[in-house]
Amino acid sequence: MAIDVSQFLQTFYEESFEGLDIMESGLLNLDGGSENSESINDIFRAAHSIKGGSGTFGLNAVASFTHVLESLLDEMRDGRRQITKEGVNLLLESVDCLREMLKASQGGDELDAQRIADVHGRLEAMWGKKEAASPVATASGADNESAASEANSGWDIKFSPFAYILKTGNEPARMFRELGELGELTVTVNTDKVPDFSEMDPDECFLSWDLKLEGNVKRSAIDDVFSWIEEDCDLKITPIASKPDTASQPAAASGPTAAPTSASARSGGATAEAASIRVGIDKVDSVINLVGELVITQSMLSTTGEAYPALQAGLAQLERNTRELQEQVMRMRMLPVSFVFNRFPRLVHDISQKLGKQIELKMSGEQTELDKTVIEKVTDPLVHLIRNSLDHGIEMPEDRRAAGKPATGTVWLDAYHKGGNIIIEVKDDGKGIDKSVVLAKAIERGLVDASVHLEDEQILDLIFQPGFSTAKEVSDLSGRGVGMDVVRRNIQSLGGGVEIRSKEGEGSTITVRLPLTLAILDGQTVEVGTENYIVPLVSIVESTQIKPEMLNYVAGKGETFMLRDEYIPVIRLYEIFDSKPRHTDITKGLLVVVESDGKKIGLFVDDLLGQQQVVIKSLETNYKKVDGISGATILGDGSVALILDIPGLIRLSQQNCNTDRLKMSA
Amino acid sequence: MATAASTEAMQLDQRGVGLDGDNAQFLSFILAGEHYGIDILRVQEIKGWTPVTRVPQTPQHMKGVLNLRGTVVPIVDMRMRFSLEEIEYTPLTVVIVMSVKSDTGERLVGIVVDAVSDVLNVPAENIKPTPDFGDKVSTEFINGLASVDDKMVMLLDVDQLFNTNELPAEEILEQVK
Amino acid sequence: MSSILAVDDSASMRQMIAHTLKGAGHDVTEAGDGEEALGKAKSGKFDLVVTDINMPKMDGITLIKELRALANYKGTPILTLTTEASADKKQEGKAAGATGWIVKPFDPDTLLNTISKVLK
Repeated sequence: MAIDVSQFLQTFYEESFEGLDIMESGLLNLDGGSENSESINDIFRAAHSIKGGSGTFGLNAVASFTHVLESLLDEMRDGRRQITKEGVNLLLESVDCLREMLKASQGGDELDAQRIADVHGRLEAMWGKKEAASPVATASGADNESAASEANSGWDIKFSPFAYILKTGNEPARMFRELGELGELTVTVNTDKVPDFSEMDPDECFLSWDLKLEGNVKRSAIDDVFSWIEEDCDLKITPIASKPDTASQPAAASGPTAAPTSASARSGGATAEAASIRVGIDKVDSVINLVGELVITQSMLSTTGEAYPALQAGLAQLERNTRELQEQVMRMRMLPVSFVFNRFPRLVHDISQKLGKQIELKMSGEQTELDKTVIEKVTDPLVHLIRNSLDHGIEMPEDRRAAGKPATGTVWLDAYHKGGNIIIEVKDDGKGIDKSVVLAKAIERGLVDASVHLEDEQILDLIFQPGFSTAKEVSDLSGRGVGMDVVRRNIQSLGGGVEIRSKEGEGSTITVRLPLTLAILDGQTVEVGTENYIVPLVSIVESTQIKPEMLNYVAGKGETFMLRDEYIPVIRLYEIFDSKPRHTDITKGLLVVVESDGKKIGLFVDDLLGQQQVVIKSLETNYKKVDGISGATILGDGSVALILDIPGLIRLSQQNCNTDRLKMSA
Repeated sequence: MATAASTEAMQLDQRGVGLDGDNAQFLSFILAGEHYGIDILRVQEIKGWTPVTRVPQTPQHMKGVLNLRGTVVPIVDMRMRFSLEEIEYTPLTVVIVMSVKSDTGERLVGIVVDAVSDVLNVPAENIKPTPDFGDKVSTEFINGLASVDDKMVMLLDVDQLFNTNELPAEEILEQVK
Repeated sequence: MSSILAVDDSASMRQMIAHTLKGAGHDVTEAGDGEEALGKAKSGKFDLVVTDINMPKMDGITLIKELRALANYKGTPILTLTTEASADKKQEGKAAGATGWIVKPFDPDTLLNTISKVLK
């Protein structure tokens, strides 16, 4: 029958990669020394599934590799084998190998065959047996190498099943049917043991049989028929008193495996999973786009429909439904941050071994959900932050003891909701950041003027300046030329922010703030001349009309104004955007004070219009990145409005100061 | 007229003529009296001019962005792009939305032209290499010349047109105020 | 045509089993663990149950014991899916009341042959 098992491969790969992740985190759990029998069960089950699937779907190399792995795990699970650090490390390496093998088989990636053979060899050595034959060949029902393989003219079979046989779902009639296919079968029933009718349990079997099977039948074929119930019956199989001509003739093999079965038509119907289905992200995104369109249409309708009272109730209902639909659809893109967090135990394990440090990773809030794209893009920055903590934060054990701290350092990774944002905190109890070193370096690099007094937090913030690095030597781990400035920029490009706090000798905390989703934004519409722009609501501190006495023109710093003891630079949006404003007198229009990463600027606009939730569209899809603009959205009337990029505008304002300075010196 | 041309384009396309051996099909449009042609297979849509949203910090010829069924599409004025004399937009002014290929994939771009004229069936032998026009017209975006009914049609290389750095150095300087 | 309950925590195995059996004209219901299987078994009546042993939430052995305790499944054929590495699992399954076993890895033909033996 033609069933192409390769059609299930994709599912197999996906679940195997998940299984490997489970194995990895389980192994790291064991590594922590906790006697966790649930862990080892999970690991075993994952290995077991991969082995079963790989054998079934024809990935024999994977199957034979997993076979050794599974055998080891089985012994560990039963307590027959001690779980050692070396053992766990080797198993972790095996997980890497399997991942590589599956990827190679899936996408034709390069395979380090040498390494795999090496790990395989070490696994076998640990298992203590060099089993030559891998038991993975395609299944054939049962082994046919029974000792009694000689053929003769037939067999006498005494078959007395135990009373409970029917309860196992095995019907004697089935055995007879199968035997009948092997040769000429004569059945004699013994009813001696049948009790009185009143005592009879209809679910029990009181009969026994004498069977005579004539023909040239292999003993092993008979064993096969009874293989499931050999422990549930008394069975005596003896050759029929042989006739002279029973010399071994080649038996016409007709084992159960060769038996023809009902030819099966392939039903093309896809199999549905009960609890969840896998859907391509492109499908989800296209639904999100369509819902975005629906939201726009809905808002167009409600604007038009205002004139028709009869429509009001329906339109209100439509609005509620649309909003709910949009929320639900957005949730389809959300994943728990555990998708990123799960890789960190391994990272911490590997790096702390390499550095000779003792580090414990404590994670919480793994179930906090984030947009898939945010999760993907925040992974590298988080890896970098954690590596920094491991590399520069946590001290060597002897240094820690000398400082009166426990030899084992701790890195905390925490995720939680806060005011429409997701906060991810990376915290360590390491040596903290030496602010004097930071300041000295910044002065040396010309990032700050030595004469300027800086607050502690301003000094720490210097770490995020381009080209800054406090590491005395470039380490193998964090010093890959990626600085904290790149971390900050990546996080800002997601619409988030990053801040650092540190106390010398006690440790550092880095706080990453991320938007829940990249697809929707709460926006404030502002009017600049004839144009409207959207300002993300999260970055707005306040809006104010200013009085002439608040104004200040600082040479080289441009226009600023004083807001509660703070000098805030002003950006006249109409200048930057080259549009014709209603007001050029700064006291006539409005200043929208916005903030990003501790820096505030005042955006000078003509007026504030409404607030609304907008669906973010990328300008880059069809055009390119534009300074000061983070994206676009489509308004209720179908027109496009641009969304301001606040961190970008703050950078632009700094450039403007420079050009101002140039103008003045010219 | 715009609609008529687009319908015609659709019909021709459905007949599969565009894919015929040595014949190539072009949508021709008029710009300052000259005829230009673009590969019909790249044309997504032809629509009348509607106001766009201006995008700051972009060159003059980038008129702005338009909502095309939920997608934000940049609209480029071809007269300005070719440094031709600017004219007022009229009811005949049309936007041709087309797909442009680049290393990063396909993008949609709309171009503003004076008017759409025709769908041309051009046998390969009628396409000639581009002569040097001197300073008047930049020839780097022109794939070749086709003569159709004694008319000269400049065949645009749209990928080249929208993938080279759109900002000449002077314009970049001008942006930094 | 018989109605069959296929239980395995591996989606690919489940898909393969379901596809094969449906192709042979059977009615297949899938379950991802013992608990789910038991729920589905209680709300319906199956002619055959094919179950993996190693599963989260409720393993195959427990599932078989639970099924055998139900009046509806006293004599229903139940096949376990075992690997050769766990020979003792075959017997453990049997002891719990399984009818027989299918050795993993198996191909679709083996599966069909084996189940046709136990289906009346």
